[in-house]
Amino acid sequence: MVTATESVTASNPLAISEKKQIIDQIIEQNEHLPGGLMVILNELQSQIGFISEPMQQYVAQKLRIPVSIVHGVVSFYSFFTTSPRGKHTVKFCMGTACYVGGTPQLIEKAKQLLGIEAGQTTPDGNITLELCRCVGACSQAPVVVVDEEIIGRVRPNKFPQVLRPLQEDGKVEKSS
Amino acid sequence: MAFYRSHVLVSVDPGCLAKGALEVIDALHDELVAQGLVDEVQVLETSRIGDPVQYGPDMMVYPEGVHYANLSVDDIPYLVEEHFLKGRIVEKFRAKEITVADEELGAPKPKEVRIVLRNCGKIDPNNIEDYIAEGGYMALAKALSEMTPEEVIDTVLRSGLAGRGGAGFPTGKKWQFARNSSDPVKYIICNADEGDPGAFMNRRVLESDPHSVIEGMIIAAYAIGAQQGYIYCRAEYPLAVKTLNIGIQQAREFGLLGENILGSGFSFDLEVRQGAGAFVCGEETALMASIEGRRGEPRPRPPFPAVKGLFGKPTNINNVETYAVVPQIIVNGAEWYASMGTENSKGTKTFALAGDVKHTGLIEVPFGITLREIVYDVGGGIKDDKKFKAIQTGGPMGGCIPEQYLDLPVDYKSLASVGSIMGSGGMIVMDEETCMVDIARFFMEFTQDESCGKCVPCRVGTRRILEILTRICEGKGRDGDIETLEELCREISSTSLCGLGQGAPNPVASTLKYFRHEYEAHIYEKRCPAKVCRALITYEIIAGVCTGCTVCARNCPVNAISGERRQTHHIDPDICIRCGICMQVCNFNAIRIN
Ligand SMILES: Cc1cc2nc3c(=O)[nH]c(=O)nc-3n(C[C@H](O)[C@H](O)[C@H](O)COP(=O)(O)O)c2cc1C
Ligand code: SF4
Ligand code: SF4
Ligand code: FES
Repeated sequence: MVTATESVTASNPLAISEKKQIIDQIIEQNEHLPGGLMVILNELQSQIGFISEPMQQYVAQKLRIPVSIVHGVVSFYSFFTTSPRGKHTVKFCMGTACYVGGTPQLIEKAKQLLGIEAGQTTPDGNITLELCRCVGACSQAPVVVVDEEIIGRVRPNKFPQVLRPLQEDGKVEKSS
Repeated sequence: MAFYRSHVLVSVDPGCLAKGALEVIDALHDELVAQGLVDEVQVLETSRIGDPVQYGPDMMVYPEGVHYANLSVDDIPYLVEEHFLKGRIVEKFRAKEITVADEELGAPKPKEVRIVLRNCGKIDPNNIEDYIAEGGYMALAKALSEMTPEEVIDTVLRSGLAGRGGAGFPTGKKWQFARNSSDPVKYIICNADEGDPGAFMNRRVLESDPHSVIEGMIIAAYAIGAQQGYIYCRAEYPLAVKTLNIGIQQAREFGLLGENILGSGFSFDLEVRQGAGAFVCGEETALMASIEGRRGEPRPRPPFPAVKGLFGKPTNINNVETYAVVPQIIVNGAEWYASMGTENSKGTKTFALAGDVKHTGLIEVPFGITLREIVYDVGGGIKDDKKFKAIQTGGPMGGCIPEQYLDLPVDYKSLASVGSIMGSGGMIVMDEETCMVDIARFFMEFTQDESCGKCVPCRVGTRRILEILTRICEGKGRDGDIETLEELCREISSTSLCGLGQGAPNPVASTLKYFRHEYEAHIYEKRCPAKVCRALITYEIIAGVCTGCTVCARNCPVNAISGERRQTHHIDPDICIRCGICMQVCNFNAIRIN
């Protein structure tokens, strides 16, 4: 369980010593790589979960480049987010096969169940709904991606089953 | 003691409980009471039946011994009526053997020839020895010990291999250009950005046979004289990244990457770099900017990458599939490869077949096969025996090809001649229930969103097209819209810098050309012939067919459906948002669209 206070400090990882250590490590390991900025940002996104303004400033300062450059790169790529997502993310594939195969209906269903739109997070910070590009599992359309797990052939009336483990905050089994 | 004619065992494994097994049991009980079967069918709780992750909630029904899986409360009325009342096994709820590998690839289908995909699903991708046992790295050994770089290039040239990333430029020629650059520092890049929705050929090769790509890249590096290579993989493919990294590490351990490869004096190393969700980064100059750690915006060419590429150095960039066939060509010879295909296009191509076709998944076919053969022989025909309407090739910069061109032999030239492109190999088959205006709008939404914004026509023009298409789909189309669209299409493709802008109008232009009547029906008759566009349709429940099972009412997101249990239900058109969920969940086909 994430408590309210935890999630507040979580929005500034630079203030948490173990997170700051991870950030420093990521920067140190990659700053000398050609094109290292992209690698650093990708690592920050995956290990910390987002790249906030203060984190962007910190990276710029460490790499001795203008923060506008870091900001320009962060804002260009849709994978980089500047604020934390929910504990779990549910992504709806908006690729052609899934779109034709029923993603719009699934989104309606999710709205009904969670009361939030795609792009939003439930008030308890538990689940974020997102749209995503084709994840390359088109033969199983329509596809939702729950955390890292791809679930195929989801019909609207099966969707509650997909959400249930998240709502109960049980760990979703990661498929490899 | 009661005598039961049927016994139902429902799994109450914790995994199934988490997925709602108790609710299913309650619903089952209620329904049996409602249908007067409670004295004939016994419901028992049992431990795990199948893997709950894959099958839960599931149940076994005896005496038939049928395994029903992935059940939800909504499936129960239909299941009870069919199985216990009418005595018919409900095939669609039965547990299926699900293996992702089979679903995607499976055994070769009629008319397939597998060269790129030959190892996929057959070898362990995380074990280099498996690849070597299948003849892997023989080509590299041959190239390094018996061939000069020029001979390698000549072989690739004679094979007729063309770039599989979309444009179809002769690979050998590209290598020659990079070879001829005199700069001592050169790079080689593998484009694994595969951003076209509906395309997953590259992902499968990277995940299942990473060494074929690695070997192809080493050979290419030897041919052009590069020391360092990068594989740029999209962020949506985490497993591919992981598999590649393991493969690269093992190749280093075997002396196939690094200093002095196989004692030849040639040195080369590889690194994986990840994208971050920008479609335009599939374009080669944008991709290089991204590897350099910058915003992925395309730049004008020339200078071409072969002259001035990554970090300003001569660079060769090819697609995953292009590299993956190279070892085969080196081992089996240029003539072998060139013997397959057509006059213009040699060899085979992988496609991801998706949409309304019976067998979706990956296929590999020789060029020259017709679209009809792909849809009906390889793909098994249209699902539910509906009517074919169009096949979309080439992704968001491709076009929709109508029935009259089904006998077209597939190659780079022929697809372009009917207003589409080969692209990277996505193929989406659409049946009569697909609205072509809606499809055009869908693709425009994609390109509009993915335009990097550098060129005004691409940025503003795609937005204008999208606005008009959205209006048409909402029943607010106007006289003159079609002409404006055509004008915009011409303008955007002729004035944009990169392939994204140049190709963005294709889905609109091709549907305008072949399915103009659908646009006209939307604009002038306010009618969507395929019954898709929400503003132009209504849903209705058919009295007499509806059994009053209440499933639709419970699933409707806006509670537009009312009705007593066992009575015909009714949809209130003023509340209904036309999401179509009721139609998807009704097991009795009692809902129709007007
Ligand atoms: C918007 C856009 C997206 C592209 N996406 C890809 C892609 O995902 N994969 C790819 O291999 N080529 C893609 N290309 C083509 C590349 O620019 C380039 O032509 C290709 O990587 C060259 O490799 P090849 O000669 O082996 O085809 C794209 C081009 C454009 C304009
Ligand atoms: S055509 Fe579009 S995507 Fe390509 S460079 Fe111009 S604005 Fe960017
Ligand atoms: S229309 Fe609704 S109530 Fe009637 S059978 Fe279909 S799902 Fe059940
Ligand atoms: S379109 Fe959804 S996985 Fe490809």
